[in-house]
Amino acid sequence: MPLPARLLLLLVLGLAIGTARAERITVAAAADLKFAMDEIVAAFQRQHPADEVTAIYGSSGKFYTQLQQGAPYDLFFSADITYPRELAKAGLAGSPVQAYATGRLVLWSPTPDVVRRGLTGLLDAAVTRIAIANPRHAPYGRRAEEALKAAGVWSQVQGKLVLGENIAQTAQIVQTGNAQAGLIALSLALSPELTRSGQHQLLPAALHAPLEQAFVVTQKGAAQPAALRFAAFMGTAAASAVLARWGFEPPTAAAVRRTQ
Amino acid sequence: MMLSADDWQALALTLRLAAVVTAILFLLATPLAWWLARSRWRWKGVVTAVVALPLVLPPSVLGFYLLIALGPQGPVGQLTESLGLGRLPFSFWGLVLASVVYSLPFMVQPLHNAFEAIGERPLEVAATLRASPLDAFFSVALPLAGPGFLTGGILTFAHTVGEFGVVLMIGGNIPGVTRVVSVQIYDHVEALAYADAHRLSAVMLVFSFLVLLAVYGWRGRPAAKGAM
Repeated sequence: MPLPARLLLLLVLGLAIGTARAERITVAAAADLKFAMDEIVAAFQRQHPADEVTAIYGSSGKFYTQLQQGAPYDLFFSADITYPRELAKAGLAGSPVQAYATGRLVLWSPTPDVVRRGLTGLLDAAVTRIAIANPRHAPYGRRAEEALKAAGVWSQVQGKLVLGENIAQTAQIVQTGNAQAGLIALSLALSPELTRSGQHQLLPAALHAPLEQAFVVTQKGAAQPAALRFAAFMGTAAASAVLARWGFEPPTAAAVRRTQ
Repeated sequence: MMLSADDWQALALTLRLAAVVTAILFLLATPLAWWLARSRWRWKGVVTAVVALPLVLPPSVLGFYLLIALGPQGPVGQLTESLGLGRLPFSFWGLVLASVVYSLPFMVQPLHNAFEAIGERPLEVAATLRASPLDAFFSVALPLAGPGFLTGGILTFAHTVGEFGVVLMIGGNIPGVTRVVSVQIYDHVEALAYADAHRLSAVMLVFSFLVLLAVYGWRGRPAAKGAM
């Protein structure tokens, strides 16, 4: 094959590959978003078939640490607003911080009686283990501690506490029956697995500070049109409907004000 | 080195866990390794493979199975409940059980090698001198396998100290009960307390190095046969 023909072939091949190459983005999301985010990603992909979105789930604090060290995520959905804000402060965000939801805590147990009796029922001798997320670094854990303090049972239940590494692991501890009760995210209590094996009672919002959840596009994501498209999609009615179905409330006015 | 009270508590718990596990494994692994070294059974390979499993299985697999098996619906969980022992996950003894499984090959393999290295001859000699098999085991085999016991003990202890994945899954991070050093360091990192993480990590680094130095220093001597 003479040289020009070969060049032409390469050019045509290159064009073909270029048009077929989907944009790939990675969304790092807090563990409480697992079910809602899977649905949002599916809805987004239906609208944008050329974009490929991978969602990974874990603890907000860990993602924050990883992003500080240059982890290749395009968007970061945190279970609280502090971590995205800190990223923005450190100059590592590629967009303003955007509040997207308010999380709710529930008391979950496989035993209906425990659920019915609420937080004060946790003092009962029959309840020997209560699972909460680690208050030191999990937003849901911090709110669980606040709620137990507000209910006036914190000091008595201290000895019964088992700490989950994140809210999903906390749910797993109660779901396997290794704790009789747990304070977990409503979004996880609504999952098929947990609805099958137990019940929940929504904790009054007044018992703890609101779980203001926010996201940012990362610096890496800012250069990816697909990441910006995904961020915009979060503002659509379709995304809000999914979040609402999984027990998330709209962001608080205060959170929205502070992110503008 | 300014460690917090919590760090000291985690260190003390870790050392207690490692000591208990090492002691239990001396008792469990000695007859097992002896049997592996002497038996002519056709299916011995199966047992050897099962013993070595924790070397290759991810800790998440062990943790997951243990959580299911020890939970209230699991076979072991129902046994412990019926014996009045309560539930093992998220308790110190749950960690002991998990660590025994997790560190089993680290004790069995050095002992197995040490017993094999002795060979038939010393035991035959003991038998001709009218020593019972039990007597021969305690007065001939055990002293000869000494270095193997030392290696197995040190490796088991160190391996248990370094455990993380299994503990994270079935420990539940309870201060003084299941919050071992590796989990404490993880918590420091998660809470962005890097200075605390550095201090405790440095302690672990020095400890691990000294342990390995002890093992290899010992093995450097000509008398030490039968180590891994």
